[in-house]
Amino acid sequence: MKRKLVFVLLFSIILVLSGCSNDEKVVLNVFNWGDYIEPSVLESFTEETGIEVNYETYPSNEDMYLKIKSGGTQYDVIFPSDYMLEKMAKEDLLEKIDLTKIPNFEHIGEDFKNPKYDLNNDYSVPYTWGTVGIMYNTEMVDETVDSWDILWDEKYAGQILMYDSQRDSMMVALKKLGYSMNTKNIDELNEARDLLIEQKPIVLAYAGDDGKGMIEQGEAAMFVTYSGDAMEIIDSYDHIEYALPKEGTNIWYDCLAIPKNSENIEAAHEFINYMSRPDIALKNFEYLLYSTANVTALESIDKAYLEMDAINPDISKLDNSEVFRDPGTFIEEFNRVWTEVKAAN
Amino acid sequence: MLKKWSSRPYVLWSIIFIVVPLVMIIGYSITIKDPITGKLVLSLENFNRFLSPIFIRVFIDSIILAMASTILCLIIGFPVALVLSSMKKSNQNFFLFLLIVPMWMNFLLRTYALRLILGNNGLINKFLTVINFPNIQLLYNELAIMIGMVYNFLPFMILPIYTVLVKIDPLLLDAARDLGADNRRVFTKVILPLSFPGVIAGITMVFMPAMSSFVIPSLLGGNKINLIGNIIEEQFVRMGNWHFGSAVSIILILFILLSMGVMNRYDQQEGENIIW
Amino acid sequence: MVKKMIKNIYLGLILIFLYSPIIVLMVFSFNNSKSTSVWSGFTIQWYIELFKDRMIMKSLYYTLTIAITSTIISTLVGVISAFGIFYMGSFKKKIMLNINNLPVLNPDIVTGVAMMSLFVFLKNLTGLRFGFITLLIAHITFSIPFVILSILPKLKQMPKDIWDAAIDLGAKPTVAFIKVILPEIKPGIITGALIAFTMSIDDFVISYFTTGSGVTNLSITIFSMARRGINPKINALSTLMFITIMLLIIFINKRQKRESLKIMEVEK
Repeated sequence: MKRKLVFVLLFSIILVLSGCSNDEKVVLNVFNWGDYIEPSVLESFTEETGIEVNYETYPSNEDMYLKIKSGGTQYDVIFPSDYMLEKMAKEDLLEKIDLTKIPNFEHIGEDFKNPKYDLNNDYSVPYTWGTVGIMYNTEMVDETVDSWDILWDEKYAGQILMYDSQRDSMMVALKKLGYSMNTKNIDELNEARDLLIEQKPIVLAYAGDDGKGMIEQGEAAMFVTYSGDAMEIIDSYDHIEYALPKEGTNIWYDCLAIPKNSENIEAAHEFINYMSRPDIALKNFEYLLYSTANVTALESIDKAYLEMDAINPDISKLDNSEVFRDPGTFIEEFNRVWTEVKAAN
Repeated sequence: MLKKWSSRPYVLWSIIFIVVPLVMIIGYSITIKDPITGKLVLSLENFNRFLSPIFIRVFIDSIILAMASTILCLIIGFPVALVLSSMKKSNQNFFLFLLIVPMWMNFLLRTYALRLILGNNGLINKFLTVINFPNIQLLYNELAIMIGMVYNFLPFMILPIYTVLVKIDPLLLDAARDLGADNRRVFTKVILPLSFPGVIAGITMVFMPAMSSFVIPSLLGGNKINLIGNIIEEQFVRMGNWHFGSAVSIILILFILLSMGVMNRYDQQEGENIIW
Repeated sequence: MVKKMIKNIYLGLILIFLYSPIIVLMVFSFNNSKSTSVWSGFTIQWYIELFKDRMIMKSLYYTLTIAITSTIISTLVGVISAFGIFYMGSFKKKIMLNINNLPVLNPDIVTGVAMMSLFVFLKNLTGLRFGFITLLIAHITFSIPFVILSILPKLKQMPKDIWDAAIDLGAKPTVAFIKVILPEIKPGIITGALIAFTMSIDDFVISYFTTGSGVTNLSITIFSMARRGINPKINALSTLMFITIMLLIIFINKRQKRESLKIMEVEK
């Protein structure tokens, strides 16, 4: 018994010691969404540049923000979404990007350069982008889907899935009412709240990524989701489609950025440059099926994808669409309203 | 003396890693950011905010669900512990492992799989259709949350009860039978009271996490049923309001500690005033 | 006889209840599509891709290392601490027990965020980086209470004066502890260790907020896939882990049975 114990103790000490890293070479700390990069890209980056990569993941912008804000761990590259980037830049949590160190920036489409949420690309380089729309089962929904109204249709009670996100659900309600998703008008907000509360009885659930599975299984008829998320399902099934409502929707962008206390700013720039190389962007696109901001890469993708709204929507369909802006302190009102929606019966 | 010193390392550890963080949380709960100056000021505003009907109702819902799940775990788990403790010695450890190994599979994976089983097109309902029974809504409601909680916490109820039952002196049971007690009385008057320390440990390890869980209500309740765990998670992560989140946590902690305190009274009186 | 059948059927039902989701997730590791909800044919591609994914393998490594190490340390500390707490004076005992309960009853997010704040403070003081050590400390902190909670009932169950009796008979305290107390509480130690291991292997929230430097575990990797959907590589990994553990348990059980048969033979 004693001997076994000593052996186990020794074994675990060895394990612990082998887990301690040596900090001689350059190690880049990359912090990304889960499963949001083609797995071999990190290895090929290390092969070509000699820079080791420590890779950690997070489930949402807010989780990422909490860790960066607390200043605990050093990260060198992060992947914030548009509104989060704006917020972090405002709070001085980001390092400015030196575009001269990112020659591959020329491959980024003009539409993505100098975005409203980050003028002059001071802090970010675009990675992926997309829209929010309705993924629906044509066998369960036999009419044209082109408006948010269908989510309030009693006919589909118990078959409707909303996205479990304050901003996206509020956006749907605000757009349906014809208001801006970035409104700072409390009355408009309250109206949106009432609309969502009215909808609650016929909503099956506020789903996360599990919503896709529900659509696949036929448990639900429609799901408010991100275009990239929807792609895998749409690509695999003929009877599942993606629609962009005419009232307009949210256009979102995910970008690469560098947090303020990075200790490897040079290497971080190299990484961002590497990710913006057309062949790498293409690799990522084919793995993720999320629209890429890299137009040079776009030239090489399967033409069939370019026809799909979920990858390459017609500009005319995006007339009323907006990008999220950081609401600043007004977020408290959004928070209050969403809590009331969730708590309502 | 050994008795005095053996707990000292942990006392020190717990002061640094449990008490100090707790003090931080208390600190957050009694401060708010003054909307005008942006500075932190002492205030009971956070606790006040909790006393609104919305949050009180969520709190009560959480208590009811957690209690129901705990009781279910107890009713289902006690017999398992009983059967386990009366097995052949050589089989007991094997079954113990069998009970806990499912918990080593990732929680999200298990919950996703549960949904495939509980859904309207899921295994259970498909089976019900085959035998011509009506379908039951087993997902995205309170029942689903309870099933999820029982599924995840059952082993933590069974294990402590088992460890106590296994050491009940069989001579005691023989003595009781010799004195004329039938099997039912042997159970209620001898086995049950002696199992109390294990039952209480089991209830502790189930009720407490059940009260504060948020993933189960989120994934299985369809995010429609907000429990106190969801509120706290929302406040900390999505809304960035650590002050209010901390206040709600303190209220939760106080409530649970109080109810545990009440329950432990039964423990002191084992053998004396058992209400059976 | 009937009684035995009822017992076995009940146990069987419980096992079916506990294992059906496991079987479902194992089946989907062979699914010929990225879906974990709809079956579209058999393939072993996910197993192949799993071994090509260095990040997941790294997570597995850290998950096991942290789980085993934290379980060992928290069990050792938990045993002697439970003993010490049991013999404390009533007031001190109540306080320690309540403090001990805190990590169990606190929502994960509160423990996680609070520990993160503590570690940031320590980092500014001592330069301690987030990484393996901070993660280990966090895991030990939430595991020890479970060990203590599992052992306390056994201590309560002990004959009251057994310690004094041993000392009176001339045993030194350490000897009394090892030879008298330990055997009494052994089932509690095993249970405590099992629960501690379980808590560690499956923890996401606390681990997420207390790790860094590329140290990540399976739970973090999996929960981070919340937006994209869980890749079936994870199902493949879980299936392999499950089969390995089951084989281990069956093997150990067979060995134990053989050894006890040998002992019985010798006794004859």
